[in-house]
Amino acid sequence: MTEYDDRISPLHGAGGEMMGKLLAEHVLPHFAASQVGRIDLSAMDDGATLELPVSGELVMTTDSHVVKPVFFPGGDIGKLAAAGTLNDLAVMGARPLALSLAVIIEEDFLMADIDRIIQSFAETLAGSDTPLICGDTKVMGRGEIDGIAINTAGIGIADPAIGDAGAQPGDVIMVTGTIGDHGMALMASREEFHLDTELVSDVDSIWPMIRSILPLGGIHAMKDPTRGGLAAALNEMSSKSQTTLELDQSKIPVRDDVQGLSDMLGISPLEVANEGKAVLVVDPAIADAILETLRQHPLGKNAAIIGHVGTEYPGRVVMTTDVGGRRFLDMPLGDPVPRIC
Amino acid sequence: MTRPFQLSDPVRARQLADAITILAPPTPVKIVHVCGTHEMAITQHGLRRFLPKTVEILEGPGCPVCVTPTADIDAAVQIAEAGAIVCTFGDMTRVPGTRLTLEQARSKGCDIRVVLSAAEAASLAIETDREVLFFAVGFETTTPMTAAVLLDDPPANLSVLVCHKKIPEAMAVLLNLPGTNINGYMAPGHVSTILGLAPYARQLDLFKIPIVIGGFEPLDILYAIALILRQLRDGKGFVENAFPRAVADEGNVAAQILIETVFESAEVGWRGIGTIPDSGYRLRKEFAQFDARGRFEIHGETGSETIPGCRCADVLTARATPADCPLFGTRCTPLSPVGPCMVGTEGACSIWFRYGGRELP
Repeated sequence: MTEYDDRISPLHGAGGEMMGKLLAEHVLPHFAASQVGRIDLSAMDDGATLELPVSGELVMTTDSHVVKPVFFPGGDIGKLAAAGTLNDLAVMGARPLALSLAVIIEEDFLMADIDRIIQSFAETLAGSDTPLICGDTKVMGRGEIDGIAINTAGIGIADPAIGDAGAQPGDVIMVTGTIGDHGMALMASREEFHLDTELVSDVDSIWPMIRSILPLGGIHAMKDPTRGGLAAALNEMSSKSQTTLELDQSKIPVRDDVQGLSDMLGISPLEVANEGKAVLVVDPAIADAILETLRQHPLGKNAAIIGHVGTEYPGRVVMTTDVGGRRFLDMPLGDPVPRIC
Repeated sequence: MTRPFQLSDPVRARQLADAITILAPPTPVKIVHVCGTHEMAITQHGLRRFLPKTVEILEGPGCPVCVTPTADIDAAVQIAEAGAIVCTFGDMTRVPGTRLTLEQARSKGCDIRVVLSAAEAASLAIETDREVLFFAVGFETTTPMTAAVLLDDPPANLSVLVCHKKIPEAMAVLLNLPGTNINGYMAPGHVSTILGLAPYARQLDLFKIPIVIGGFEPLDILYAIALILRQLRDGKGFVENAFPRAVADEGNVAAQILIETVFESAEVGWRGIGTIPDSGYRLRKEFAQFDARGRFEIHGETGSETIPGCRCADVLTARATPADCPLFGTRCTPLSPVGPCMVGTEGACSIWFRYGGRELP
């Protein structure tokens, strides 16, 4: 055993025996055999196979993940990568069939941290009954990458797929839970703020919850409000459907501690990422049934109707504020920065 | 979502709006506040909707980043180019100087760091042998924090480019400018926690206009506006505290002593206004060794403050709304700002752009 066994070395990405050892000892044991195709992860072939579905449409998505810090309150980059891709499929109305996992690691990264990351990736996948069927590992030199980056692709099956452009006047807008948790938890964990909070990220796979509402029908549009938060997701939905999304701010669920930090930093909880939530635009006739079903799931217990679809300002989001004012809620510009005073 | 102390209660807000409507005179009233946080609250909560058409509220020189003149940014760029690590608040790095913004200086290889306080710059100076500059902007809320660092045995490689400014002096100057037509001021709650009431009275008593200190929750702001209108109706003009849960009449005496110990009054430049006597600070001679203007030879020559077509100067003096500027939202957006009011996150233009601008019907 060399002194480097507890850290990633360039050899771990070189395709030889060291890499085989890394995969055999630190990756493969976390993943059960796939039931979706003849050639799966354990075959270690150049690719994996999936059986074609009998009906429905195939949905494919991909996402790259970098996060600082890699381990944050409520999760880590492994859980984030798995949930991110599963959620992209879920909000397309797609049952996840399989995921891929490509990891790029900086030399000297702690092996124990790799284990934690892979384990939480695997647990999140298992929670949604989804196999990992292929993967890739690369190692880069010190300073060539900041710690670790993960890319995942996911394939799912939808019947039919739900887009984010289908909002119709009269529809009801709802969210599956509290807004701003992930973004504010990460903000609070930044060391320069010297904050001691109990904020945790909401990162999780929402597929088990979304699965329960798909049979009800009536979902006209769905999105996961990740980067740019609820504000970005709603603006995309209104712009693509050329409708007006009318929000009632007092109905948007926000945790008190998230709101408190948000007031302190001058950053709106509506503009920061969520990693375990969905925003839905639904047929008003089915809205109550969808809401009730969401609330029966642990991840959806704070689900709420937050507004409706109108026509007054096509392509814009309008919000009646807590206090009774009214303003546009526009697309956030980029990374929010705290104000001076 | 719930907000602290129910200070956004819509029923009470409606009651205050009714009071405002009753108190408002039939003639137009222009109220000016001088605080980015006030503008943020007014715009974010959509509070202009509660005001009658005759009552207008505008942000004056309330964004510390926006009022910092080109010369000060040029000085910071020059110090960065001389090899010092330059620490400053986030959006200061994007304000245009004559040649470069600090952000552009960084992409040319200068070491520019974003910090949240003077103390962070001091900690950085302890960890390095290099020169560390703290580019100190801000009103009376940040001035005591800079003073505290300089009183706490700072490392010798730390220097400060003092650009701190005083709000009451600028409020007085605005009243003398042609075309401002200000009927009353809403004074900033957080600056007032430090200053108390006296500095406003000293600067502004002779103008006999209402000065009401306002907090930052929606009801705080509507209440302050109601008190301004009540003074106007009664023909009064005095300093009134509508934010007593945070602002003591005498202010924060400990912080005032910190400022007094480290700084003395100086004539300083304000973008959009020009130089104002005694409206800012310089270090007292006991602290001269930390003065960046002495440690680095600042050239001083600086290009024009005027940006063709940009009405920032009018926005900063409450003579125009952001929407009055032909560049607003077209050539000038937060992603590619032309003037400083679009750069600073507390600038009126940036706030109007990000939070939906003028009130919806």
